[in-house]
Amino acid sequence: MSNATVAPLPASKATVNDQIKYRSQAVAKPYFVAAIGLFIGQILFGLIIGLQYFKGDFLFPAIPFGTARMVHTNLLIVWLLFGFMGAGYFLIPEECERELYSPKLAIITFWVFLVAGALTIVGYLGLPYNVLAHITGNDLLPTMGRGYLEQPLITKVGIVLVALSFLFNLSMTLLSGRKTSISIVMMLGLWGLAIFFLFSFVNPNNLVLDKYFWWWVVHLWVEGVWELIMGAMLAFVLVKVTGVDREIIEKWLYLIIAMTLITGIIGTGHHYFWIGTPGYWQLLGSIFSALEPVPFFMMTVFAFNMVKRRRREHPNQAATLWALGTGVMSFLGAGVWGFLGTLSVVNYYTHGTQLTAAHGHMAFYGAYAMVVLTMISYTMPLLRGREANSAAAQKLEKTAFWVMTLAIVGITLSLTAAAVTQVSLQRLSASPLSFMETQQHIMPMYWARFGFGLCFFTGLMMYVTSFFVTGKRES
Amino acid sequence: MREQSLALIEAQPARHVPEPHIPGDLAMWFFILAELAVFGVFFLVYGVYRRQQPALFAEGQTHLDLLLPTLNTLLLIAGSACMVAAVRRFAQDRQRAARQSLLLAMVFGGGFLVCKLYELVGKFMAGISLSSNDFWMFYLSLTVFHFLHVVLGMVIVAAVWWMARDGRYGPGRLDGVETAAAYWHMVDLVWLVLFALVYVAR
Ligand code: HEM
Ligand code: HEM
Ligand SMILES: [Fe+2]
Repeated sequence: MSNATVAPLPASKATVNDQIKYRSQAVAKPYFVAAIGLFIGQILFGLIIGLQYFKGDFLFPAIPFGTARMVHTNLLIVWLLFGFMGAGYFLIPEECERELYSPKLAIITFWVFLVAGALTIVGYLGLPYNVLAHITGNDLLPTMGRGYLEQPLITKVGIVLVALSFLFNLSMTLLSGRKTSISIVMMLGLWGLAIFFLFSFVNPNNLVLDKYFWWWVVHLWVEGVWELIMGAMLAFVLVKVTGVDREIIEKWLYLIIAMTLITGIIGTGHHYFWIGTPGYWQLLGSIFSALEPVPFFMMTVFAFNMVKRRRREHPNQAATLWALGTGVMSFLGAGVWGFLGTLSVVNYYTHGTQLTAAHGHMAFYGAYAMVVLTMISYTMPLLRGREANSAAAQKLEKTAFWVMTLAIVGITLSLTAAAVTQVSLQRLSASPLSFMETQQHIMPMYWARFGFGLCFFTGLMMYVTSFFVTGKRES
Repeated sequence: MREQSLALIEAQPARHVPEPHIPGDLAMWFFILAELAVFGVFFLVYGVYRRQQPALFAEGQTHLDLLLPTLNTLLLIAGSACMVAAVRRFAQDRQRAARQSLLLAMVFGGGFLVCKLYELVGKFMAGISLSSNDFWMFYLSLTVFHFLHVVLGMVIVAAVWWMARDGRYGPGRLDGVETAAAYWHMVDLVWLVLFALVYVAR
């Protein structure tokens, strides 16, 4: 099974791609293509639920809001996972300076994951959720019905198997290859991702404990181990496009992840204010999560600092733009918008309002969607046999960057405005309105969100088109 | 303690580089500032809570023994002194002596951890937990959080000690040691504030 070779393969024949150092890195390509495809699906369903917010019977009864929302968020997670896996398959061989342990296994894993994912979505859309739960064995071990973890038991088991195969493949590559800080942090993050996913199988009858452990997946993913993955991917691309000394980049990386863990682990407490957990979480959760923006801020300083000190002008300007964008937008979305509602005295009023949705959108896009797009932007030209895309293609890609990013800013601001109205009418007011009465006052903001959603979709289409723009001059 | 680290900041560059420079790595200073912010916020909130329930906090403090924490303070300061010595000895290219200073710093740090653990276990045996009351909540979370920082400080010093095996540090190549020393001083400084605030100020 193993066809590990330490030396790069010769690139003598014209058909051999001489832009990638190790031939097995090419397995990353289908992962990235699938990621972009699922991203399109995610946004289409975002538009559906965005529309249903003010036109409640849109697509009724074929696709109810709850189902479409589930597809929107699950596709998001799955395409990000495809992106992380593609990134892992590209990054680890390059950092380890050897071929992937088993490219064949990587391709098999790809198809298993894609088919399992597609079947799950078909199940969501084609069957009532309770029927799906019944026929997929949810009675044996109930795990379904919780946000982001709605997948049937068999899909969850499938995800674990896919993750194990992926981690086995990469760990074997790492064990016999060069060990760098970037590859070690990446592997720590990926192992952490898989280990915390195991808590999706923990579903105590006690509702407090159920929620308690649910956050071990959701929070400890996005504000813990995923930040390691993000840091490693960003560092990898920055090493490549700036040519700054590895040693400097690695020091930043270590300090960023240390700060992430110092603040993020106990920071989980910002979800333990009102679910029945002990009172000390009010304080611990507030204090530690209030400092969670720090590692995101360091990430921003890091990206800009490295680009400023760059030693070369890499022809792939688009990738640099994405890397800088990730720094800024993750700080705004996670750091600033997350902070807005993180102190328990504030969260008392903002908990579960549109502020949370505003933050969720900008943080997921700014941190994880953008870091995957950064990686794709840097690697896809290489995987397609050129150092960088043509000027025309890069121009379109950069325009797409701005359209999508500004559209997310628009969505975030619309929802933040909605949140201000919601909190004041429904929670602060001396004569509070009911939830549904309040919603009537927010309708214009939901229209605005949908409008920006259409902009986002336009940007995404430009992005996809940029892959097909050839232009006259290459690299 | 602060003076000692300042002395370090000023003494080092004078010896090697003509113009003043910040010792250690910029990224590490960033990190230290962030850490100080974490503790700073923590101490501030402690102060606010204490003002609101002076009697409760005063009562809690009567259960704190001062002997071990005082010893711990001395241990950390001794560790800091060792780090200063390590930097100086590397600057003079006295490799063996410098590495011995690093080892000694770790011994002092280890002593701190043992004493602290003894104190904490005693409290747990007495049935004290985060939920006991606000004083004990702060006491436990602050001391345990600081404890973890001493562990991290020791890991950093150990890493420097390990990398110093093949003469990585020497005159003009002090970045790594200075960075570790700066971190250790930070942990030390935080302990002094914690000690004063939680144990001494009654
Ligand atoms: C990239 C990182 C992050 C992502 C992707 C993210 C995403 C999310 C999402 C999707 C939710 C909603 C969860 C739910 O209730 O279903 C949420 C909630 C929350 N996030 Fe984040 N977040 C990130 C970082 C942060 C940071 C750094 C902070 C604090 C500074 C923060 C503070 C919060 C708070 C307080 C809530 C609960 C809101 C409520 O009570 O309704 N987040 N986050
Ligand atoms: C066309 C653009 C988009 C539209 C119209 C849209 C719309 C929506 C709507 C209506 C919801 C349900 C909110 C609720 O339950 O009240 C939602 C949830 C969510 N969307 Fe989007 N979305 C879009 C793009 C995105 C993007 C680009 C991302 C991330 C990369 C994203 C991530 C999420 C997340 C994480 C949630 C769950 C939020 C929470 O639980 O608070 N969406 N979206
Ligand atoms: Fe969180």
